[in-house]
Amino acid sequence: MREITYAEAIREALREEMKRDERVYIIGEDVGRFGGCFGVTKGLWEEFGGERVKDTPISETAIIGSSVGAAATGMRPVPEIMFCDFMGVAMDEITNQAAKMRYMFGGKVKLPMVVRTPVGGGLSAAAQHSQSLEAWFTHLPGLKVVMPSTPYDAKGLLKAAIRDDNPVIFLEHKMLYGVKGEVPEEEYIVPLGVADVKREGKDITIIATSMMVHKSLEAAKELEKEGISVEVIDPRTLYPLDEEKILESVKKTHRAIVVHEAVERSGFGGEIVAIIMEKAFEYLDAPVKRVCAKNTPIPFSPPLENFVIPQVSDIIKAVKEMV
Amino acid sequence: MYTTMLRIRRFEEKVVELFAQGKIPGFVHSYIGEEAVAAGACAALEPTDYITSTHRGHGHLIAKGGDLKYMMAELYGKKTGYCKGKGGSMHIADVDLGILGANGIVGAGIPIATGAALSSYLQKNGRVALCFFSDGASNRGTFHEGINMASIWKLPVVFLCENNMYGISMPQKRGMAIEDIADRASAYGIPGVVVDGNDVIAVYEAVKEAVKRARSGGGPTLIEAKTARWRGHFEGDPQIYRTPEEIEEWKKKCPIKRFEEKLLKMGVLNEEKIKEIEDMIAKEIDEAVKFAEESPYPEPEEALEDVYA
Ligand SMILES: Cc1ncc(C[n+]2csc(CCOP(=O)(O)OP(=O)(O)O)c2C)c(N)n1
Repeated sequence: MREITYAEAIREALREEMKRDERVYIIGEDVGRFGGCFGVTKGLWEEFGGERVKDTPISETAIIGSSVGAAATGMRPVPEIMFCDFMGVAMDEITNQAAKMRYMFGGKVKLPMVVRTPVGGGLSAAAQHSQSLEAWFTHLPGLKVVMPSTPYDAKGLLKAAIRDDNPVIFLEHKMLYGVKGEVPEEEYIVPLGVADVKREGKDITIIATSMMVHKSLEAAKELEKEGISVEVIDPRTLYPLDEEKILESVKKTHRAIVVHEAVERSGFGGEIVAIIMEKAFEYLDAPVKRVCAKNTPIPFSPPLENFVIPQVSDIIKAVKEMV
Repeated sequence: MYTTMLRIRRFEEKVVELFAQGKIPGFVHSYIGEEAVAAGACAALEPTDYITSTHRGHGHLIAKGGDLKYMMAELYGKKTGYCKGKGGSMHIADVDLGILGANGIVGAGIPIATGAALSSYLQKNGRVALCFFSDGASNRGTFHEGINMASIWKLPVVFLCENNMYGISMPQKRGMAIEDIADRASAYGIPGVVVDGNDVIAVYEAVKEAVKRARSGGGPTLIEAKTARWRGHFEGDPQIYRTPEEIEEWKKKCPIKRFEEKLLKMGVLNEEKIKEIEDMIAKEIDEAVKFAEESPYPEPEEALEDVYA
């Protein structure tokens, strides 16, 4: 099968959905002629024109706010926020408008919009450009939250997200944009709410998201040499969450570690741990562990950043402490 | 002011070179071409006054008295840097010099400057806050909220828009329907002033007037300095949104050359003096690079410090 990058896969999903449905449009800073800060929307402005690939002023509040208004009245906007960190300046639009409108209106409105935004560290981009803020969004009933780790998933999930009638937060990892993977030529969809077993194993389950899926797979490869068999599960969407697949795996391996790049405190990992404790406690041979970023802002200096963000060696160490 | 501009220029040239060599991690936004704004504005301030800066902040920091050694070490991510390696290019600060930080969030410095001005108003310490921001930032909500609040309370703050005509790839023409950002001042009932941002004297005089007004209880002023950055938005930007000719035109309007010629004509400066200044700056920069290269990286565990007071 052909291999394309994560960024290309996202672009293909955008292109296909824009062709399929005239109501879909892209809006954001430098997404047009410039093709996006990470080049994801390159070529779409040439293909669809400025009406459907809309360059905006630096106005995150209006990018998200206008998307809410347009989605409520028949369009299907796909706004881009250049870095997830800047979601903060549009947080009322996310929290109190996008996430609540349908509910407050008694179910009388649909908000089909997908906010695409890059998360994650690794570029020495420091504390205001490196965060993984998924827990902000999973905490808000009314939103769906997607976090793909591979080109295949990114494309299929984005297509599902665009067709979904709810506001979806679509979190891309900036260090994954250049990563290649198999993506079929023919049309496919990855439904929201279905986890993927990225690697089968029998001694321990790692539940990992985004970039950490790749680091966990690397760790699993290393551990295999020492006779430890690791299963790696990627929930792919944090809400809706495929609890069943996670629990099934834990019941099989009897051990679980949650790995994510967001800081540990109040992170989404706590949610997964709680689900395992509530629903599979009697299957566990050891307490569930978390491997997450340390509870600090992401520092600039490379040795500090590497220390704060979980590395393959941290995952290996955690697994060894458990089996 | 001449020395300051030249110091900024040479520092930035070095930074660009070191970034290309892979010695400086992260993002670098060069200030080359805009030197007259920082140099003119900061010359009109007292050392105790405050500034808030932006992602394109090196020039502001140098003009406010920032030490090249600590700046360079920070750009390298070293322990001896201004922020102990935690901040990098977009977050350098020196609160002792009144520098309340470069900022990775566009427009975030505007209400912070209002806050610093409110603080000096409440503490009656006579300090003024000067807020650097750019044309793109003026489209954010923080611009409206920050200036409105400062104007109703007549706070001692100067809002200085460095209009370099682009927000990344977005030309001002497509980002707003007006030509002069200074026009927006009328919405807040404060003076709006347009100056040639490549004329250091014009900037100095406009800011001096605004600072005087601010310090005497007259409230904020919005100054718009028209200028241009010569390089891409960030190092590595292919600049598909503007022509090389446009950049060449601006290079002809170099703020440093222009002031140099004036000073030469006035007899304040001569070739010998220029060489002296160049040599001094070259030495400062060499020392800064040496200091940065010889400094150790922070220990990984230091990442956990400074999260709380
Ligand atoms: C709130 C926010 N939105 C977007 C960005 C990404 N960004 C960084 S610099 C920039 C352009 C800023 O333009 P302008 O204010 O004109 O400053 P200039 O770069 O021209 O000096 C953008 C969009 C950001 N850092 N913060």
